[in-house]
Amino acid sequence: MNEPVKKVAEIIPDEGIDAGLARLTEDRIENTILRVLNGETGARLKVYVETCIHCGLCSEGCHYYLSYDKDPRYSPAGKVKQTLWEMIRKKGRVDKAFMRQAVVIAATQCNMCKRCAMYCPFGIDVAYLMSVVRRITHLLGLTPQYIQATAHSHSVNMNQMWIKEDEWPDTLQWQEDEARSEIPHLRIPLEKEGADIMYSVIGPEPKFQAQLIYQAAVIMNVAGVNWTMPATPGWDNSDMAMFTGDNELMGRIKRVHFETAGRLKVKKIVMGECGHAFRSVYDMGNRWLGWKMPPIPVFHAIEFYYDMIREGRIRIAQKYAEPVTFHDPCNVVRGRGLHEKARYVVNAMCDTLIEMHPNREHNYCCCAGGGVINCGPPYKMVRIDGNRIKAEQLFAVKARGARTLIAPCHNCHSGLEDINHYYGLEMNIKFIGDILYQVMKKP
Amino acid sequence: MADTIAWDWQTGEKSIPVGNSNSRFEWVEEPYVSYDGERVASIVNIAEGEFTVCVNGQTWENPFEKIWHLRFTADDRLTALVSDAGEWTLAVDGVSWENRFGYVWNPLFSQDGRSIAVSFQQDRQYGMALNDVPWEETYGNLTDPVLSPDGNHTAASVQVIPTGEVEIRKFQQGTISAAKDGVVWDRPFVNVWRKAMNLNGDLAAEVRLTLYDYTIAVNGSPWEKTFGGVWEPIFHPISGAVIAPVRVKGKWYLAEEGRLLWSTPFDQLWHPVVSPDGKCIVAIVATGFGKWTVAVDGRAWRHVFSDFVTDMTFSSDSRKIAVIVKDKERWSIAVQGTAWNNTFDMIWKPVFSPDGAHVAAKVERGGKYTMALDDRLWRQDCEAAWDPLFSPDGTRLLVKTIEDGTYFRRVIPVGEFG
Amino acid sequence: MHDIYQFVSGPLARLAFTVFVIGSLYRLVQMFVLVYRKEKFIFSFMSWKYSLRSIFHWIIPFAAVNMQQQPIMTLVTFTFHICLLVTPVFLLSHAVLWEERWNIRLWSLPDQLSDIMTLAVIGCCFFFWGRRIKLPEVRYLTFASDYALLGMVAAPFVTGLIAYHQWIDYPFFMILHILSGEILLMAVPFTRLSHMLFWPFTRAYMGSEFGNVRHARDW
Repeated sequence: MNEPVKKVAEIIPDEGIDAGLARLTEDRIENTILRVLNGETGARLKVYVETCIHCGLCSEGCHYYLSYDKDPRYSPAGKVKQTLWEMIRKKGRVDKAFMRQAVVIAATQCNMCKRCAMYCPFGIDVAYLMSVVRRITHLLGLTPQYIQATAHSHSVNMNQMWIKEDEWPDTLQWQEDEARSEIPHLRIPLEKEGADIMYSVIGPEPKFQAQLIYQAAVIMNVAGVNWTMPATPGWDNSDMAMFTGDNELMGRIKRVHFETAGRLKVKKIVMGECGHAFRSVYDMGNRWLGWKMPPIPVFHAIEFYYDMIREGRIRIAQKYAEPVTFHDPCNVVRGRGLHEKARYVVNAMCDTLIEMHPNREHNYCCCAGGGVINCGPPYKMVRIDGNRIKAEQLFAVKARGARTLIAPCHNCHSGLEDINHYYGLEMNIKFIGDILYQVMKKP
Repeated sequence: MADTIAWDWQTGEKSIPVGNSNSRFEWVEEPYVSYDGERVASIVNIAEGEFTVCVNGQTWENPFEKIWHLRFTADDRLTALVSDAGEWTLAVDGVSWENRFGYVWNPLFSQDGRSIAVSFQQDRQYGMALNDVPWEETYGNLTDPVLSPDGNHTAASVQVIPTGEVEIRKFQQGTISAAKDGVVWDRPFVNVWRKAMNLNGDLAAEVRLTLYDYTIAVNGSPWEKTFGGVWEPIFHPISGAVIAPVRVKGKWYLAEEGRLLWSTPFDQLWHPVVSPDGKCIVAIVATGFGKWTVAVDGRAWRHVFSDFVTDMTFSSDSRKIAVIVKDKERWSIAVQGTAWNNTFDMIWKPVFSPDGAHVAAKVERGGKYTMALDDRLWRQDCEAAWDPLFSPDGTRLLVKTIEDGTYFRRVIPVGEFG
Repeated sequence: MHDIYQFVSGPLARLAFTVFVIGSLYRLVQMFVLVYRKEKFIFSFMSWKYSLRSIFHWIIPFAAVNMQQQPIMTLVTFTFHICLLVTPVFLLSHAVLWEERWNIRLWSLPDQLSDIMTLAVIGCCFFFWGRRIKLPEVRYLTFASDYALLGMVAAPFVTGLIAYHQWIDYPFFMILHILSGEILLMAVPFTRLSHMLFWPFTRAYMGSEFGNVRHARDW
C-alpha cells in the first residue's frame, strides 16, 4: 500500500528557508502553487504527472538513490511524490513543513542532471519537474540562503561572485602581465570589436582561479585565433538564477551575455570549462528570451580544443604520462553530446585514457551541479553522502590504474574534489585546459 | 556626430602605410580610425611595460605603463584609458586628465563627442567622472553607468547600504539606488538596472521592488503598477513620457507611464526607439518563439528572422528603418521589413544616407571585409574596414579600409556599387 | 441475466468504444491545444528522425540500457504489453464479433495460444503486483489506485478465461468479462492508463530534445 510521505529526519538550518517560512501563510502557499501549476506550466507537467505509471524504473538513474542505499525517497519519482504529486493532490493546500521539505528535496537532492530521463521508459523529465518545484519555492521566498545570495550577486553585478566592474578588466590585465613573462607578446584583447571569438568564463575564474584565464590566454595566443573578452558585464556566462527558479533574472543575465557578444560583433562565443553555464546559454536562458538557439553560437571549451587540435593549430609537445580517466559532465554530454570530442582531445593530450564505468551519457553525476553546491556549506554532506556511488566508480577506475581525473566542468570539479578528499581517493583532478596548457607546444 | 560638411569629400583616395610600424615597435595592437578617416591609430608597445599610441606614424609624446580601450570620439579626439605609477586615468590625444584613480573603465561618449565620462574606483569607492570632474559622492559599488545624450549628466546604479554577500534579507529590503551626477535618489531598491536620461536631466531606470515586482522608476519614484519584468526605458523626445517594455502574464507589451501603450502581446520586446520626428515608436520584437522582427507602433513586420535582430537605425527623415538580421545562421540587413539577398559572416550597423535613399554597411565574408550598399557589394576585399559614412549630399560614401598593410581613405560615388 | 447481457454487449459496448475513441481523441487534442497555448516552443524542436529513433529504442526489448539492467522486468513488461494488446484483438471469439458487428475480417489466434497469452497477462499482473509490494522503490510510489489499475487490467483476462472455458457460471462471467473489458476501455483516456496514448509523444519529445538539440542518446 502507499507509504506516507516521510519527513526528512534531520533538519538543516538555513536562513533562506527558515526566514522565508516565517513570512509565509498557507493561503500564500496555495495561491503561489496554483499560480505556477495553472499559469506557468502546460502540457509537459500535465502529461508527465498523468502518464507516470509509478513503476520506479527511474530509480537506478539517480546517484542519490544509489548512494543512499536505494532509499526510495531519493528516487526521481520519489522526489516528485514528495513534492509535486502532493501539491497537485492537495490543490496547493500544503503546510509549511511540507514546503520546507519540498525546497530541500528540489534544491539540494536533485542535480537536474537528467540522467533519470534516460531511465524512464516514457522519457519523463524529472529535472524539469524539480525546476517547477524550485520555481514555486522561489516565488515563495524559500530558496536556500547561499544560492539566493549568488542570485543576488548576479542581479547586481551580472556575475555570480560579487566581482565589481573594475575588478574584471583589472584581473585580465594582471593575468596578461603574468603570461607575458612566458609569452612576451601575449595579449588578452579587451573589447576588440569584430574578433572572431568572444571568450567568456564564470565568476569563480577571476575570483579564485585566475590561472585558468592565464592558461586560456596562452592557448588562444598559441592557436593564433582572433579573440576578445568584454571589459563590461556580460563576461560571466554562469547563471544561478536558472537554478533558483528566478527565470526573469536568468533571462536578464543571458540577455546581457548575448548582447555583449552582439555588440562585439563576434561570430561565436567560446566558453571555459563550465557545464551549467553552457546549459544556461544553450537551452535555458536563450529559450526564455525567445531564442530557439543561442543568437550567437556558443562553443564549450571541449569543442574549441577539439577544433584547435584537429586543425593543427595546437600541437602536443609531449603527452601527459600519468594514466587519466574522464568524467563526462551532464550539461555538455547529456546536454550537448561532446563525449566523443572530449575523448579525442584527451587521447591527443594523454598517453593513457582509462574509462570509468558507466561513462558517456550514462556517467554518474558529480552531485555538485544543478545549483546544489551553490546551496553552500550546510548541504556539503548531503551531496558527499549522496554521491558515494561516484566514489565507488572512481575507486574502481583507480584500481585499473587511473591517477588523474579530468573533469571539464567547474561544478564537477568542486564536487569531485569533495568526493576525492572525503573518501580518500587521492586522485589529481584537472581541467582539460590544465593538461593542454602543460603539454602543448609553446613558442 | 560632428559636422561632416567640412570634411574632405573631394580627394578620391588617401593612404597611410600602417604595416611597417611593426618593425618600429615590439608589437602593434588593432588599429582604430577617426570618423573623418584622416587618422589611423594603434596602441603600440615600445619596451617592457611601456606603451604609447601611434597615430598616422607619430607616437604620443609620453608613454604609459599600460594603455587600453583606444577610441575616437565623434568629434575625432583620440582617447584611451592609461596608467602610470599604478594610477589610472583617461588620456585625450595623449594628454592625461588631471584626476587620477585606482582604476577607470567603460568610457562613455556623448553623441557630439564633446563629453566623455568614465567609471572610476578609488580606495574601493566608486563613482563617475565627467570631463575630468569626478562625482563628489562615491559609493561601495557602481553598475550600469550612463551618460545623457547631450553629455551634461552621468548616472549609475550604486550601492547605498553596505551589505554582506550572504545577507539575503537585508539585500531584499533594498540596498541599491541610482545616483545622478553623484547625487543619489532618496530611496533604495532591490535592483536598479538600465537607465535613460532626457535633456532636462530626468533619470528613468528599470527597478526591482522585491524579487518579483519589476517597474520603472523616474527620478526615484516608481510607477504605481508593477510587472513580471521590464526592459530599458526611453524618454519620448516630444511628449517627455517614459516608455518601456513590460511583461504581463508571460507576454511583453510596450507601456507608457505604467499603462499599456501597445495592446499587442509579443514573446519578446526590447530596444524601443522613437523616430527622430517623434511620430512613431518601434521596437525589436519576437512574434513567436524564434521569430524575430521589428514592430512599428505595435504592428510587426511581416517577415520574421530566426536567429537575431539588432542595431536598429532610423533614417533621419524618420521614414525608414534598417536593422541587422540573422536568419538561419547568416547575417544581413533588413530595410522596411525586407531583407537583402546578400548574406554575410558578419555585418555592422547599417548607415542611412542623409536623404534616407541609401543604406550602407560594413560586411564580412570569408575573413575579408568590404562595403555593401543597398544590397550591392563594393569590388574590393580588405583586411580591415570601418563603418562607411555618406557625404552630406548623399552622393558619395567615405570608405575606410586596410589593404596590404596600407590604410586607405576613399571617397566613392554611390553609383560605383554593384 | 439475458437482459443484462443484451445491455452490456449492445449499448454499453457501443458506449465503451465511443468513450474510448472520443475520450482518447479528446485527451490528445487537449494536450496539443495546451502545448499550442502554453508551450509552443516544443513544436519547434520536434523532429521525426529523433522521435522515431527514440521510440524504436524503447519498443525493442533490451535496446535501452535500463532494460538491460532490469532483464526480468524487461521480459515481463514486453510480454505483458504484447499479450495485452494482441490477445483481445485477435482472439477467435472476438474476431467473430468484429465480423458480426462491423464486418471486419481479422486473422485470429489459435485458441491454445490465446489461452497462453491470457495466462501471460494475468501472470504479468501478478508480477507487477508482487513488484509493487516487494520492491521498496516501487512500493514507495504505489497508491491504492495503482492496485486498482492492475485489477482493472487483469479483470477482463481472468473473467474471459473463466467464461471461455465455462468453468463456473458462464453467463455471469461472460457478463463480467464484457463489463470489465468495457470499464478498462473507458478508463484508458482518463487514468494513468493514458500512458498508452501519451507515451509516443513524451518519448518523441524527449527523443527530439536529446537528438536534435543535445546530440545525445536517450536510452
